[in-house]
Amino acid sequence: MTTSNTALDYVIDAAALSKAYAGHAVVKEMDLKVPYGGCFGLLGPNGAGKTTTLKMILGQSPPSAGRLQVFGLEMPQATRIVRTSIGVVPQTDNLDPDFTVAENLQIYGNYFGLTKSELAPRIHRLLDLVELRERAGTRISKLSGGMMRRLSIARALINDPELVVLDEPTTGLDPQVRHRIWTRLRELKQAGKTLLLTTHYMEEAERLCDKLVVMDQGIIIAEGTPQQLIRDCVPDDVFEVHGDAQRVNSLLSVVENLRLEAVGDTTYCYTSDAARVVRVLEAAVDVSYLHRHANLEDVFLTLTGRDLRE
Amino acid sequence: MSASLSYSKTTDWRLPRLRRGALAVWRRNALVWRKLMGASILINFGEPFVYLLGLGFGLGHFIGDMAGMPYLTFLASGLVASSAMNTASFEAMYSVYTRMVPQRTYDAMLATPLDVDDIAAGEMLWSASKGLISSSSILIVSVLLGAVTEWTALWAVPVLWLVGLCFAGPALVMSALSPSYEFFSYYFTLVVTPMFIFSGVFYPIATLPAMLQAAVQILPLTHAIALIRPLVSGQPVTQVALHLAVLCAYALVCYYIAVVLIRRRLIV
Ligand SMILES: Nc1ncnc2c1ncn2[C@@H]1O[C@H](COP(=O)(O)OP(=O)(O)O)[C@@H](O)[C@H]1O
Ligand SMILES: [Mg+2]
Repeated sequence: MTTSNTALDYVIDAAALSKAYAGHAVVKEMDLKVPYGGCFGLLGPNGAGKTTTLKMILGQSPPSAGRLQVFGLEMPQATRIVRTSIGVVPQTDNLDPDFTVAENLQIYGNYFGLTKSELAPRIHRLLDLVELRERAGTRISKLSGGMMRRLSIARALINDPELVVLDEPTTGLDPQVRHRIWTRLRELKQAGKTLLLTTHYMEEAERLCDKLVVMDQGIIIAEGTPQQLIRDCVPDDVFEVHGDAQRVNSLLSVVENLRLEAVGDTTYCYTSDAARVVRVLEAAVDVSYLHRHANLEDVFLTLTGRDLRE
Repeated sequence: MSASLSYSKTTDWRLPRLRRGALAVWRRNALVWRKLMGASILINFGEPFVYLLGLGFGLGHFIGDMAGMPYLTFLASGLVASSAMNTASFEAMYSVYTRMVPQRTYDAMLATPLDVDDIAAGEMLWSASKGLISSSSILIVSVLLGAVTEWTALWAVPVLWLVGLCFAGPALVMSALSPSYEFFSYYFTLVVTPMFIFSGVFYPIATLPAMLQAAVQILPLTHAIALIRPLVSGQPVTQVALHLAVLCAYALVCYYIAVVLIRRRLIV
């Protein structure tokens, strides 16, 4: 199979990739290049088209238009070869309820054509990795949500994949589990795997992703490292001011170069002149405020708006 | 293929390819079955015992011989064939649908090198295997009851597996189309049960009116019984090629249709 130049540089290389359902476009002319190594984030609100994009990468959804290469191979034609080197943690767990924890890894390994003797040491290692060794003989229905998620991660690694695709890996999990999963994912990164992660938790993206794109309504609206995006898309400082919105508005009207966004009884104030804002707010007795550095969540909300999705 | 343009709205009609991946799907189901083997063996042997004892001996007492054999043998050979039909149909509908929709087993498989071709082939092979297990159980019960005494009955075993494939095919098509479990009771009521009644399980089709006799020739169970009954009872088998061809045709054509429909359902 011939490969072009770019093929060697990128795990995923999409050009004008589009997907429409019944004439309704959900991914629109997307250009996406995911380099080898590190963690690449696909951020966006619900319905942005993240899962659809991943499905096209996995050959589970044929693109409507555009071009998509994975490992330098043309999709969807190379689906079977490509899938041998990808591990997938789907958005909704689809572990096999007819089997125990260890059997799930065994059966899934069989789908890759791996033999029992190849699988035995891997299953051992993976169960240790996700701390499910004591649960090896437990049925899936007896696992907690966090355990299922960890098992899904172990399952995604059974074929020793080059690329691991994680679709909202920590959605709905409590903070302890989430932190534990982040640790595992960082280890995977260190082991040289490429991670492709979708999330709408900005904290997750900020901690894990080396590079990310923000998408909304099927379009990539920003891309870069988390630091770049924070620097480029929002001012350095944010004040969350609690109090009557009109009152806050008039208070801060004396300060230039600032953006105000009222949400209920909170007014978000984005500014690069923090000292001035502090002085104004300190002088006022009828408002309280929280001062912090801008983060990725501010970038996200600035780019995608505060309207509720789905 | 030109950069996969506007690929999604059209159906993927490509011929399926048979690969080893189908065996991994078969194996998964076999392992689940092995876990629950105790209960299913009991049902496999218990039900035919009741049928053969009740109907075979009860009716047989009044009927005596039918088509040149004891009624018990006649009925047993019909039930052997129809059991392969029932079990394979049931498996390829209820169990397949469970794996495809609520359990999302196929979604998980489709993240591995398995594709729809492998899944459908594996499910058909497995449904046929289950059909074989239940129909062989009846065969064994029939031997124990003295209804089957001929060694040629062993030849029925590979044929029963083909019979299973033949019925797994249409059932898989139903699963691919089905919006819910309710759909399957229509198929059983409108297709499987009439076949059970009209294809010669309980009486020779020669006793049907001429019109009906011609009509039942399109039903696969008629051809299955035309092969199984003489093998089980030790009578000469006629028109082997025709009967085998009908069974194979149902299996292969329906496999292809099922693959196309499941692709359309899952690869969206
Ligand atoms: N099979 C489908 N048929 C029709 N519309 C779909 C289908 N799958 C997804 N969509 C729509 O495509 C849009 C993007 O969905 P998705 O990729 O799941 O978003 P995300 O993962 O970013 O939340 C949504 O509006 C969703 O309703
Ligand atoms: Mg999603």
